Amino acid sequence: MAEKHKLLEVKGLTMDFGGLRAVDSVSLEVHEGEIAALIGPNGAGKTTFFNCVTGIYNPTKGDILLHPKGLPTRRLNGLKPNKVTEMGLARTFQNIRLFSDMTVLENVMIGRHCRTSAGIFRSIIRDKGVRKEEQEIVETSYQLLKKVGLAESANEFAKNLPYGAQRRLEIARAMATEPFLLLLDEPAAGMNPQETGDLDQLICKISEEEQIAILLIEHDMKLVMNISNPIYVMEYGKKIAEGSPQQIKDHPKVIEAYLGEETDA
Amino acid sequence: MMKDFKQSILVSIWFVFLTFPLMAVRVNTTEQVVEWRWMSMVWVAIATFSLSYAWRYLLARKQAKKNEEDISHGKLQLLMEDMGFRYKAMGLLLLLALIFPLVFDTYQNTIMISALIYVVLGLGLNISVGLAGLLDLGYVAFFAVGAYSYALLNHHFGIGFWSILPVGGIFGCLFGVILGFPILRLRGDYLAIVTLGFGMIIKVVLENWSDFTFGPSGIANIDKPGLFGMDMNIDSSTTYIYYIMIALVVFTILITNRLKNSRIGRAWIALREDEIACVAMGIDMARTKLSAYALGAFWAGMVGVLFAAKTTFINPASFTFMESAIILSIVVLGGMGSILGVILGAFILILLPEYLRAFSEYRMLAFGAAMVLMMIFRPQGIISNIRTKYEYKKLTEETEHG
Repeated sequence: MAEKHKLLEVKGLTMDFGGLRAVDSVSLEVHEGEIAALIGPNGAGKTTFFNCVTGIYNPTKGDILLHPKGLPTRRLNGLKPNKVTEMGLARTFQNIRLFSDMTVLENVMIGRHCRTSAGIFRSIIRDKGVRKEEQEIVETSYQLLKKVGLAESANEFAKNLPYGAQRRLEIARAMATEPFLLLLDEPAAGMNPQETGDLDQLICKISEEEQIAILLIEHDMKLVMNISNPIYVMEYGKKIAEGSPQQIKDHPKVIEAYLGEETDA
Repeated sequence: MMKDFKQSILVSIWFVFLTFPLMAVRVNTTEQVVEWRWMSMVWVAIATFSLSYAWRYLLARKQAKKNEEDISHGKLQLLMEDMGFRYKAMGLLLLLALIFPLVFDTYQNTIMISALIYVVLGLGLNISVGLAGLLDLGYVAFFAVGAYSYALLNHHFGIGFWSILPVGGIFGCLFGVILGFPILRLRGDYLAIVTLGFGMIIKVVLENWSDFTFGPSGIANIDKPGLFGMDMNIDSSTTYIYYIMIALVVFTILITNRLKNSRIGRAWIALREDEIACVAMGIDMARTKLSAYALGAFWAGMVGVLFAAKTTFINPASFTFMESAIILSIVVLGGMGSILGVILGAFILILLPEYLRAFSEYRMLAFGAAMVLMMIFRPQGIISNIRTKYEYKKLTEETEHG
């Protein structure tokens, strides 16, 4: 396999909450064009890991390095979440966090915020540039909604969407920030098999058509094994295994920690 | 239905029992006899029964309605979303506003000016509370800042109204940012307490810093706004202030409406909806919060200048917590985030007490009851926020499908 461009490099990430070590020196890499997955039992520290990478927590130790293509490497430690997003790293949330009293379209339009520039005074004057920018925001957002199949409900309130659609809206909103790496926190949580299948396709489509690398946390084993490579496994805050789906399936530690029942069956 | 009936009967019996010592028994001390007023018991029973029954009926109806459709789409709401109707209505209202002083006397004008002052205050607070969701219980502080900046600058340096009007707004902004910085990380209850404290601090400072603010005795003889050095009597100057106020209201509506439908306005609303998601979508929280506070305070500062010019006398008693509470009620009653709602709310809350002076003793009671009823039956306010409809190209989609 040819050497691919490394986008995200996490080295020895450690996060302490008081005396509790939630994430213990985890290292991870995401390359261009990859769909990487982070799996592990409940409470393994996956979401904490995500929160460290996206700037919601400031990690205790370790380095989070971002290597955007054609730009110098940036260290993300301690950066505010909005700066991380500006740098091209967007995320979704495990428990859906949409702007529920805004319309579906507006939700995606919020994602365009960090890629547009109209300030207070220009918003008041509303000159030609601002009007053009606004129109551009609307069009781009609408195109994104079409991509995730929500164009019909563009003017509905986000809270009125069915559960699966809300998940897809979150992905569309994250994509509106023009990321080169998308972090999905349990995108298939609470979905039925059919919705999971649709999501499966959507994620692959994003990865292929948009050239966005993806790092996802997932419980749905089928989804992970189908689409992601490599897979990283965490347990009790530590990384216990990494490799291709096949390697993970056969890894003794993983079987012990996580997939034990599946191999029995 | 039967269940409601029984419940209401129980309630009325309970109330009869509770009010028995007060309403039925009366000791006549001059004749040393006890009077039993059984009729008043009957009245209490009937009144509580009908109130309780009506209450239950309304609640049941609300529930049924909720199941039927989204409650935010009443008839009024739909009418408001019709753009053609809106423009016509606005034109008519503006015309009415312009001929108002020609028809009515100075007393009516003065009342209308104070209502318009509250409209601007409501619209300003609507930015921080209604749009950005940052509760502010000390909003009147910014109003005070504006009023005192005009009063003091006028008193010491004799600077005129028109030069101070923008300065008052900018001072308001400045204080908004000063308040905003320490409370960037606070949310909900804590935010409410700190803003409440800020309002109190301003008032206490105004009362006690006598060298600077002239203490509780206030500042008198503030100049009224001038018009090319013309001498005006009370009537014409009131009319003049009325027209300035109308212009200020129109200006406020224009600007807040533009802000609301802009990139900044959307960021405010997103901040209100979900702070963490908002930040994760690349919105700078500190900047967005500060701008919401500053722009909200701007209007209070500006209209404060006008308030000082209108009354020609200000003292700290005009800037109590009660004022903040009323402005907040205007926003909540009218509909959070809705410009039209806030305007309606201001007129209802300021004009009704003026015209119902006969019942002024019961004002707070009615006020409280109205608030409670509002929260139960129409928590989104008189007119809930009207969402903007965006135009996007549907053509491409249709050709793809076809």
